[in-house]
Amino acid sequence: MSALKIKKGASAKSAYNLRPTFSDVIERHTLAVLVENEPGVLARVIGLFAGRGYNIESLTVAEVDHQGHLSRITIVTNGTPQVIEQIKAQLGRIVTVHKVHDLTVEGPSVERELAMFKVTGQGEKRVEALRLADIFRANVVDSTLESFVFEITGAPEKIDAFADLMRPLGLADVARTGVAALSRGD
Amino acid sequence: MTRQMTGAKMVVQALIDQGVDTVFGYPGGAVLPIYDEIFQQNHIKHILVRHEQGAVHAAEGYARSTGKPGVCLVTSGPGATNAVTGLTDALMDSIPIIVLTGQVPTFMIGSDAFQEADTVGITRPCTKHNWLVKETDALSGVLHEAFHVATSGRPGPVLVDIPKDVQFANGSYTEKKPSTSHYQPKLKGDMQEIEELVAAIEKAKKPVFYTGGGVINSGPAASQLLRELVAATNFPITSTLMGLGAYPASGENWLGMLGMHGLYEANMVMHDCDLMINIGARFDDRITGRLDAFSPNSTKAHIDIDPSSINKVIRVDIPIVGDVGHVLEDILKIWKSRGRKTNADAVGTWWNQINEWKKVDCLKFQQAGKVIKPQYALERLEALTKDHDRYICTEVGQHQMWAAQYLGFEDPNRWMTSGGLGTMGYGFPASIGVQMGHPDALVINVAGEASWLMNMQELGTAMQYNLPVKQFILNNERLGMVRQWQELLHGERYSSSWSESLPDFVKLAEAFGAKGIICSDPDDLDDAIMEMLNHDGPVLFDCLVEKHENCFPMIPSGKAHNEMLLGEADTQGVIDAKGSVLV
Repeated sequence: MSALKIKKGASAKSAYNLRPTFSDVIERHTLAVLVENEPGVLARVIGLFAGRGYNIESLTVAEVDHQGHLSRITIVTNGTPQVIEQIKAQLGRIVTVHKVHDLTVEGPSVERELAMFKVTGQGEKRVEALRLADIFRANVVDSTLESFVFEITGAPEKIDAFADLMRPLGLADVARTGVAALSRGD
Repeated sequence: MTRQMTGAKMVVQALIDQGVDTVFGYPGGAVLPIYDEIFQQNHIKHILVRHEQGAVHAAEGYARSTGKPGVCLVTSGPGATNAVTGLTDALMDSIPIIVLTGQVPTFMIGSDAFQEADTVGITRPCTKHNWLVKETDALSGVLHEAFHVATSGRPGPVLVDIPKDVQFANGSYTEKKPSTSHYQPKLKGDMQEIEELVAAIEKAKKPVFYTGGGVINSGPAASQLLRELVAATNFPITSTLMGLGAYPASGENWLGMLGMHGLYEANMVMHDCDLMINIGARFDDRITGRLDAFSPNSTKAHIDIDPSSINKVIRVDIPIVGDVGHVLEDILKIWKSRGRKTNADAVGTWWNQINEWKKVDCLKFQQAGKVIKPQYALERLEALTKDHDRYICTEVGQHQMWAAQYLGFEDPNRWMTSGGLGTMGYGFPASIGVQMGHPDALVINVAGEASWLMNMQELGTAMQYNLPVKQFILNNERLGMVRQWQELLHGERYSSSWSESLPDFVKLAEAFGAKGIICSDPDDLDDAIMEMLNHDGPVLFDCLVEKHENCFPMIPSGKAHNEMLLGEADTQGVIDAKGSVLV
């Protein structure tokens, strides 16, 4: 076969997939997996990742279609292109999986994560925390005289950045939801 | 149309509606209502095995030899956990079986009740899919869906866990109808890729068909199409252990099995080919050997119904996702419409090279002296049984490889062996399942004495149902394959690979009421085999063979296809440290 042969893409939207299948480069991909919301479905997905040695960076799951009993699992994973393709194919084999979307290759997508930060402190640090929260458009959802709980939404990088800033100001606890993602446009 | 009945009755009704005639099982507290229903009907025959693992392997043997799904019924807890090995075996070899397990009543689940186990949790990674049914109204739908999932796409084992209160309660039964579930694997291959493969077939100078169990699973029509394609193109064909019989061993283009203990010519063809057409095989590590040296100069096409098989270990140039039968039909259609072209001159030259390799005669051996060589035993078994309506099962180990090398398979579904999982103890119960599916056929289990002992209790099953299965045991008083690896890799330190106290197999057979035959002299072998064949009933044939025979050819771990060992003289220091960590 000619080296320049253009293979049909591994995605629904892109006509071409020029990524070399057996490259060593580790890529980060966001997958959206639509599953039947039956007991054990999450165990099937997680068990697949554990059993075959794939990575999970983050995972969120909730029912998105109550009538159709469909849940959406958003998984952020990493691996070589070959591993990513295997993950998608293996997910597709699960009988209760309806669709697997690779948001990273299927065109532009938006990712959002919600996090809550508890920051404790007094005096200037407390004021600085509030000021930075304002810049990051974080909301105060609870407050005592010595603490705030901030709620922040954004791309994971923005939340990481906010965490870095809060750490010297008295960061006591963090809760993150993991990434939810949707493709852009129609 | 719906009817009211108990859950237990639904199970039997669903099995009848699915065309099941035989169930392999073992009763226990949590399945008693279902056994009560089985007692009160005459449509389904229940075969009482002696261990649940035996039930699953018997169902596998039944499924592989008939092409229909096999069915097992076992109880909760230990019944279910004993089925796990069989489920994993069926998953690895893509065998359609349905295992029904009893479960403690729904209101006791999670309370560590007597004989409770998290069956769906335990079997989730070793089934294609499984269900815990908590409502009787859902039961019949799940049972029909279980058959659909087990038999469509890449076949595999499924499990339905049925709590005892669900079996007792009344509910409405739904008839079998075409599945409406979203699980509908695609059967037709992509036409553009098929065109590309046809173009490659037309140009190829050194082509090879490399076929696997997918051809057998696709059904007898797929084997017919394969034979037509091979005959029309005159390309050589080799097969994995799982695919033996799809193309006849007596066929002109047959190279024999490939892989770790495959034939010299088959492996050399794989290494040197310029077009490899993988049909329903999965580039298993027993086939590929060293990955970075695997068939370095070939264009690779891969036909597989499971998209996850494509590019899993070997990068392919022409991937075709679809059912083997459907894809072969399209290949033939397109290839014929384009004028049936091949590069016949180059393929002729290729055959000249292949015929040179064949002259190595890699399976030659010398039967000299008064000790039976295992190869000789199988050669005589082949000669004396090949004209019978014959089905062969095996256990796992050296005898399995020798059987694959020295026995010839002319048709699909005639060869039952544990390929992917390598389950010792598979063959005997499998032979019982095969005999149930083919009551008048000659069913032989080629075994090693160690493997055979792993499920020897099934001799009781064979006697109870008068199943005349022939157990042909190549007895070397060793775990032969383990011993061979210890010789090659572990400085001849034979750690625990020697059976110190074996039973007297003739007396063992007689204790069950079966016939036992012992043979140790090559001159008596033919008569002894004839005695086995002429006996109407189960026979335990104790064939005492050479104790230190090694299985060749062999591709050592970490080596490439063209680095085969052909005999004892080649074996010194062949496996390096890197290779020795591989299994």
